[in-house]
Amino acid sequence: MKKKSISYAKWGYIFLIPFFVAYLIFAVVPLVQTFYFSVLDYKVDTGMAPDIFNPDANVINKGFCGLDNFKFALSSEGEFLRCLGNTAIIWLIGFIPQIVVSLILAVWFTDIRLKLKAQGFFKTVIYLPNVIMASAISLLFYTLCIRNGALDTLLNKGSDLAITEKVWGARGVVGFINFIMWYGNTTIMLMAAIMGIDTSLYESAQIDGASPTQTFWKITIPLIKPILAYVLITSMIGGLQMFDVPQFIGGNQAGPKGSLKTVVMIIQNGKDSAIGSVGAISVMIFIISAILGFLTLKVMSDNSGKPKKKKPARK
Amino acid sequence: MPRSADVVGESTGQTSLLIRRIIAYTVLVALVIISLFPFYLLIINATRGKVQSGIEWWFSDNLSNNFKNLFDSDARSRYGNIFASFGYSFLISALSCALSVYFSALTAYSIHVYDFKLKKAAHTFILLVMMVPTQASALGFYRLMKNFGLLDSVIPLIIPSIAAPAVYFFMKQYMESSLPLEIVEAARIDGCGEFRTFNSIVLPILKPAFAVQGIFTFVGAWNNYFMPRMILSSKKTIPLVLQAMKSEIAGNPQVADAGVMNLYMVLAILPVVVVYLILSKYIIRGIALGAVKG
Repeated sequence: MKKKSISYAKWGYIFLIPFFVAYLIFAVVPLVQTFYFSVLDYKVDTGMAPDIFNPDANVINKGFCGLDNFKFALSSEGEFLRCLGNTAIIWLIGFIPQIVVSLILAVWFTDIRLKLKAQGFFKTVIYLPNVIMASAISLLFYTLCIRNGALDTLLNKGSDLAITEKVWGARGVVGFINFIMWYGNTTIMLMAAIMGIDTSLYESAQIDGASPTQTFWKITIPLIKPILAYVLITSMIGGLQMFDVPQFIGGNQAGPKGSLKTVVMIIQNGKDSAIGSVGAISVMIFIISAILGFLTLKVMSDNSGKPKKKKPARK
Repeated sequence: MPRSADVVGESTGQTSLLIRRIIAYTVLVALVIISLFPFYLLIINATRGKVQSGIEWWFSDNLSNNFKNLFDSDARSRYGNIFASFGYSFLISALSCALSVYFSALTAYSIHVYDFKLKKAAHTFILLVMMVPTQASALGFYRLMKNFGLLDSVIPLIIPSIAAPAVYFFMKQYMESSLPLEIVEAARIDGCGEFRTFNSIVLPILKPAFAVQGIFTFVGAWNNYFMPRMILSSKKTIPLVLQAMKSEIAGNPQVADAGVMNLYMVLAILPVVVVYLILSKYIIRGIALGAVKG
């Protein structure tokens, strides 16, 4: 393809300009600034009355403070670890049923003997919740699960169950919404992986008299391990960013006893006040995501020799 | 599949196959009900009145009343401008969709077609930053927009879409399979300029990729709650109106009008559901492609 006479290289650079300029301004600069904030003792006293002659009177920036913000965030006073724990628990409540159900469905959909009908319909329906606004699904579930909501009527014949007012009830609701929203997506990804397996393996297993359970554990699982790992890690990256659902279910108090407070909520709540410490928490989110991201890349490239396609992290 | 395998399995497995089939269909139907039941209730509730306790299984007759109340000045003072929320959501989603799809294609085209020194580095860079979550730089982004005086403006929700690493990646992938370089060569020989080649010859070839990625980015922006909540205050997109409704249920349940809220939720998800149902085949294929094909 290379033309010696005319060089088109300049066009390559020109066409890259919009992307890289936008990325520089809206992603690189903010990221660098966030890292910079994380080592500053920088707060804004939002409780102070505004002073029209000195609008910056409430800004307390004592400059460089080393890793103090990180130490504070990781100490028992800081809420980072508690929120990280909440995030992990809620993520697990959603992820465990999600991976189990998705695996079963993916195996059924691809089973050459089972030959399920109406697959298109089933796939369309189970993926549907994924395209719907998380905030709308959350508000709907909130109205169904609050005191005297539909769930109370169904399960408890009118008395107060008020599931969102209990720590594990509220977490369960958020986990369930995450499950509903993501199991269709996971099913389709796992299906694609299973369909990539050479069918002759299944045929010879069948001739040798292997049961479906044996085929599942001895052929399917080992061969889709990379995709399973990929699903696990990308779901963790997505879980780390969890915000909409717990925010809608939990409200300003972030659920009963703050049990729905996720790490991203700290950023949203403190963006105008605790700038230094929010910076430190952002940096830790970055580091965790980076580790998970590299794990994904490693898993994907170890198993195929060439880098495979990645999906964007889940929101 | 070979017939022999079928015959061997048939004698032993016929009954167990039937049982497995029954179990599979039962579970699938149960999942379909779980997935659709909330939306069924939502539609039912959109036709019910202001106070809704318990469940009703069939439509009520309050729909037109809810419509009237949703768009009246009382609802506006409590939840924000309902009309405008659709306008803002549509504006932000449509523009960020157009920008991200067009410029991602341009970027992918640059790296796919041209030979230049930094080509590899640029590609690797975009792959790496695909993993960086927006939340990690959100604080810096917010402070920067504040300094620019762009808070409560839609610009910070639109312009950054020019750089969309995930869309770039899909476009690059698509070009590798469907954009023969001979076409570009032929256009050059015919004296077509590089930019024009991209716009009038390459873009039409990319239409299927545009459709899939366009839907994903549009839906992503339409459903986004995190960024608008950070940037906007007086202007409200749909998720922000939903948040205002939620606050009212939590803080002031006596005045909250459940019928109006459920109707608003229906209207908020309706456009996406309709487009999804029409194009679900392509969308589902798009996800599967993203997962495995390398």
